[in-house]
Amino acid sequence: MIPAALRAAALEQILTERGLVDPAVMDTFIATYETTVGPRNGATVVARAWTDPQYRARLLADGTAAIGELGFSGSQGEHIVVVENTATRHNVIVCTLCSCYPWPVLGLPPSWYKDPAYRARVVREPRAVLREMGLDLPADVEIVVRDSTSEVRWLVLPERPAGTEHLTEEQLVPLITRDALVGVARVVAR
Amino acid sequence: MGSVADIGGARGWGMLRPPACTEPVFGSAWEGRVFALALLGMGRIAGRNLDAFRYALGRLGHTAYFDDGYYGRWLHAVELMLTESGIIAPGAVEARARVMRGEQVTEPPAPEPAKPDYAPTGPGSLREVPERPRFGPGDAVRVRPVPAGPTKLPRYVSGHGGVVEAVRPGHLLPDTHAIFAGENPQHVYTVRFDATELWGAGSEPFVVTVDLFDRYLEPA
Repeated sequence: MIPAALRAAALEQILTERGLVDPAVMDTFIATYETTVGPRNGATVVARAWTDPQYRARLLADGTAAIGELGFSGSQGEHIVVVENTATRHNVIVCTLCSCYPWPVLGLPPSWYKDPAYRARVVREPRAVLREMGLDLPADVEIVVRDSTSEVRWLVLPERPAGTEHLTEEQLVPLITRDALVGVARVVAR
Repeated sequence: MGSVADIGGARGWGMLRPPACTEPVFGSAWEGRVFALALLGMGRIAGRNLDAFRYALGRLGHTAYFDDGYYGRWLHAVELMLTESGIIAPGAVEARARVMRGEQVTEPPAPEPAKPDYAPTGPGSLREVPERPRFGPGDAVRVRPVPAGPTKLPRYVSGHGGVVEAVRPGHLLPDTHAIFAGENPQHVYTVRFDATELWGAGSEPFVVTVDLFDRYLEPA
């Protein structure tokens, strides 16, 4: 049995010797997703939508283009559909077949999104799954689970919480969590 | 038998926990190396064929798929793709790993490349589809049986009826693209299913939407 870390190092060494990968290029890939491309991008998009009604309309009509306006595009973001969560309708995103996720706006998926328990169960008993994850939705809220089985990527536009009317776009950004952008949490005012 | 990856609706996976507020993007350094190796490595075959990568993931054994988590399965899948296309020899990674930990092992020589004869007709996965979409919003559809071989038709919707919510841009067809056998661009539809249709009358009420390729659907 070869531990994964050693197996990865062995593959990297073979491919590097053969000139098929460049460890320095690998470093830039890793650094990009560790530092640049992450859920702050999605939070920026949502804060703009909350404060600019025209942007919000464009975002819901053509997510990819409106997200591109703010400079976010690239791998796993060829066609992004934005769905709005309201007091009566709650969208939650999953990829049952793998762990497809809108990288340009959220970065790489968190561990719970890749957990087989999440992938298997959220399409069968979403209310129970959300409750276990800390989100207890009222019984009259309609739940819509979005299974990402093509190259369409989904982003939730969460409901703007009461008590944030006085905040600026920049002040709203830190309130908007990754989990709310996937639909396993709501945004709460601090 | 189907894909090990097709687990939507499966029982026996246990509880979720409230997500951690913060966690590193890569839990261990090797996971970051695998992330980059997979993206770069699969690009050495014929285009960066994500459908082929996902098909490789789905053909892993249970242990290779689940035991080392998400990047563990990425590592095994990219190794499978590189082996099948003759870029590395079967057993080469294991042999190198054993050499790296000090064992006396003979490593297999690099094999004859067996790359597929395929080049993508354009970047990414979206393509123009000349035909008009067969279905439009509000149309009732039924999902066909899960085909043999690569597919992105999840078995939990197979045989069930739903309603088209939206028509999406044309996509490469994973069923043929995954084995480098043609792009066959297709319309893709977001299809809504009632939970009771999928899981029976006792299900809690909710809706699932699944993005399904034209070939997977028939009129209901």
